[in-house]
Amino acid sequence: MAEAAGYDPLGAAGTWRHQRAKLVVYTLLCLFALYYVLPLGVVILNSFRDLPDINRNGLIGLPHSFSLNYWSLAWDKFCVGGTCAGIEPFFFNSVSMVVPATIISTAVGAVNGYVLAKWRFTGSEVLFGLMTLGVFMPGQMVLLPWARVLGWLGLTNTTSGLVLIHCVQGLSFTTLFCRNYYVNIPDDLIKAARIDGAGFWRIFRKIVLPLSPPILIVTVIWQFTNIWNEFLFAVIFSSGTHQPITAALIALSAGGTSVHQYNVESAAVLIAALPPLLVYVFGGRYFLRGLTQGALK
Amino acid sequence: MAVEPVTLTSVKAAPNHGRMLRERLATILPQLVLAPSLFATLIYVFVFCGWTIWISLSNSSLLPDYSISGFHHYVELWSNRRWTIAYTNLFLFTSLYVIGATAIGLLLAILIDQRVRAEALWRTIYLYPLAVSFVVTGTVWRWLLSPSTGVERVVHQLGWASFKFDWLVQREMAIYTVVITGIWQASGFVMALFLAGLRSIDPDLVKAAQIDGASMPRIYRRIILPAIGPIFISVLVVLLQFAIKTFDLVIALTGGGPGIATTVPAIYVYDLMFQRGQMAEGAAAAIMILLALSLVLVPYTIWKNWRERREAARG
Repeated sequence: MAEAAGYDPLGAAGTWRHQRAKLVVYTLLCLFALYYVLPLGVVILNSFRDLPDINRNGLIGLPHSFSLNYWSLAWDKFCVGGTCAGIEPFFFNSVSMVVPATIISTAVGAVNGYVLAKWRFTGSEVLFGLMTLGVFMPGQMVLLPWARVLGWLGLTNTTSGLVLIHCVQGLSFTTLFCRNYYVNIPDDLIKAARIDGAGFWRIFRKIVLPLSPPILIVTVIWQFTNIWNEFLFAVIFSSGTHQPITAALIALSAGGTSVHQYNVESAAVLIAALPPLLVYVFGGRYFLRGLTQGALK
Repeated sequence: MAVEPVTLTSVKAAPNHGRMLRERLATILPQLVLAPSLFATLIYVFVFCGWTIWISLSNSSLLPDYSISGFHHYVELWSNRRWTIAYTNLFLFTSLYVIGATAIGLLLAILIDQRVRAEALWRTIYLYPLAVSFVVTGTVWRWLLSPSTGVERVVHQLGWASFKFDWLVQREMAIYTVVITGIWQASGFVMALFLAGLRSIDPDLVKAAQIDGASMPRIYRRIILPAIGPIFISVLVVLLQFAIKTFDLVIALTGGGPGIATTVPAIYVYDLMFQRGQMAEGAAAAIMILLALSLVLVPYTIWKNWRERREAARG
């Protein structure tokens, strides 16, 4: 946690004004906190309320009823687009997309970063620059080519297709993250190891990898949350029972004119949001670091 | 350390082909390892990009047709009423979103920087929207903003029967609900960026100003904010990128509606390509998104490199 600044901005004035300023600060913080927490609080409460209660009192309100039933309905009984198996199959679609895509793109990115940082060759800096261009590419630019390529590879509407897309797209990020981290490993360390006869992979295993946990955590968290939350590719390159959870959620909650079951839908929304939220709660520091690096390059 | 005996293998083994090959291999191993990713990324960036440009110039409609038809799909795009709505919405959304998120983010950062208690808790609360997908955010806010279920309903129940808050279903106002939601999602991140900047300011500078009798608002205006000037640029660039790519948030919140009132370029691209079978025009619209992003990112990259070089020159 960052050390608080060594001055007390509010200390500039007398004690009475100081107290008043403190009051203002905390009031504002609380008001904003309300704005941020409200949506989460509402869905959590609604996932336990029965439908008559919600219909009578509106979505925003304290529960007059309580049941855990809606979570189980949302998980494996609720009907989404014709099949009544709840959100579970889509949840596992997402899992089987996110896990391989994250592991592969992070592993390959780490090795790439290691090459680009520690085994430079003529032109490697230029190649690095070109690779990072992938970071900027808007998804819309690659939709039609991907549709074609997936067709050629026979991966249309499969989880493997989405894994491929996310690996290729994620490579630019993971390579960038790892390369920028590995350049800070002293060259002498690598040189000494080479003099001792260690080769490319041995140096990676024995020297670089043990120094890597911080950047690997950042990269994994970044890839995991991004791929889990991704929607554009998910909705275009998958359909029906193959959809990841983000696409299924839209089908479930925005779908048609049927009467909304807000309690079940709330539970489904929470199930979809839970994995990245858990990652955020337990890896907040690394989450923020990845975000800053990913957004600012 | 004991002197190591000269390793026998290195002396004894006569150079042979297998070994030379292995050594050659060892020297190009890094390149070999990098090659597949490089290949994939370069295809992704250049071939895919060129491919989409080609489609935009071709006769493709429902199916790809690679005969060149020139720029007429661009002309069509720019004379299309939906596209006008899309980019007008984008401009409106982007300006309000950038201003709003920056203002709230900065305010929150300054508030937290007043040595408040439980700082980690406040930060966690303000930042969590970043971990949640746009789909989830949009869905939940749709419920909250919908007049029949959300805020309007609550106020009615509190007794103010004539209260109206139905922006979500008003053509003219729906885009502002996207702004509200977008700001909710991003301002925590802006807060984090500004807070990092505020923490990097030399406390002595502020102390000196305090001793000189400057009031805190004045110190913020004259000393602290100018010192974190570069962070404003970073924040601007991040928010502009988010805004230009906005897609899932609008889909989940309004579905682009009511009618087509909240269509944004990214949605229009999707629509043209996959709903209406107008591939070439969709590709042209995608290229407009790429251009808009470049307008933001190219100057930023140049500015960043210039700053880095200046820092390096200063030592």
